[in-house]
Amino acid sequence: MIHLTINGNPRQFDVERLTVGELVEKLGLAGKRLAIERNGEIVPRGSFAEAVLDSDDKLEIVGAVGGG
Amino acid sequence: MDTLNIAGKSYNSRLLVGTGKYKDFEQTRAAIDASGAEIITVAIRRTNIGQNAGEPSLLEYLPPEEFTYLPNTAGCYSADDAVRTLRLARELLDGHKLVKLEVLGDPNTLYPNMLETIKAAETLIKDGFDVMVYCSDDPIIAKQLEDMGCAAVMPLASLIGSGMGILNPWNLQIIIENAKIPVLVDAGVGTASDAAIAMELGCQGVLMNTAIAAAKDPVLMAGAMKKAIEAGREAFLAGRMPRKLYSASPSSPTTGLIG
Repeated sequence: MIHLTINGNPRQFDVERLTVGELVEKLGLAGKRLAIERNGEIVPRGSFAEAVLDSDDKLEIVGAVGGG
Repeated sequence: MDTLNIAGKSYNSRLLVGTGKYKDFEQTRAAIDASGAEIITVAIRRTNIGQNAGEPSLLEYLPPEEFTYLPNTAGCYSADDAVRTLRLARELLDGHKLVKLEVLGDPNTLYPNMLETIKAAETLIKDGFDVMVYCSDDPIIAKQLEDMGCAAVMPLASLIGSGMGILNPWNLQIIIENAKIPVLVDAGVGTASDAAIAMELGCQGVLMNTAIAAAKDPVLMAGAMKKAIEAGREAFLAGRMPRKLYSASPSSPTTGLIG
């Protein structure tokens, strides 16, 4: 079981190993333009497939919205 | 050609607009088209997870290939949050370096916290960002931001969303006179004449959101703002006549009168 905090909310995934790329798929965000920060560090989009998540990682997943 | 030059790139429009507070994305797009703006600000926010998966996004209506995106740090109250937000923005927009930094100090007035703003600007400039910085209309702070290497300083005309217009034209004038980088008014513009006055003072541009989005007819107001910015700029370049209490020199000839 992998425990993550995603955008401030706790989430659990019943898998042994989870990459950022797989997480994006599981969350239904594949193909969306987004940026991800993991424990305060940017995860470059090009490395989603290799970036393996650890339990208790804190993730921020963001996009662009209207603003001034 | 009279262009606005920021961080090595030139723009024909001196009106920069925000993309918030509109009724829907169609209206956002229509207003931005009417404004003629080439630089548009966007906010960076947490993605909704598990909700509205098929919902269209702002980027579909305003493709980043068509506009220069200016991601902002609206809502950030610390240098650290602002820096993190803009690093995420850079990743989101494929290495895009031009950003609008704002660090707020108070949720009621949205007045900027300049100590935190300066701290964030330092980090961002070291990190290679081109920083357009929202700031108070303090000429000393504006100069310090320039000396640090900011790409543009953007003092407030009045408080964000207040529509109160330019409350201290004298400070703005001092900032403009001292600056070698573009000075843009950001925040406080309420209607077209406010934008024209900012340009007549010698601002290089104006950034606004609420003045357009909160108008009864945002698309019509966007067009009015475009004209005001152009009119104000031309009046500035033309050089206004001096103010006199009265003039003994009428516009019509004083000779050849009948009688």
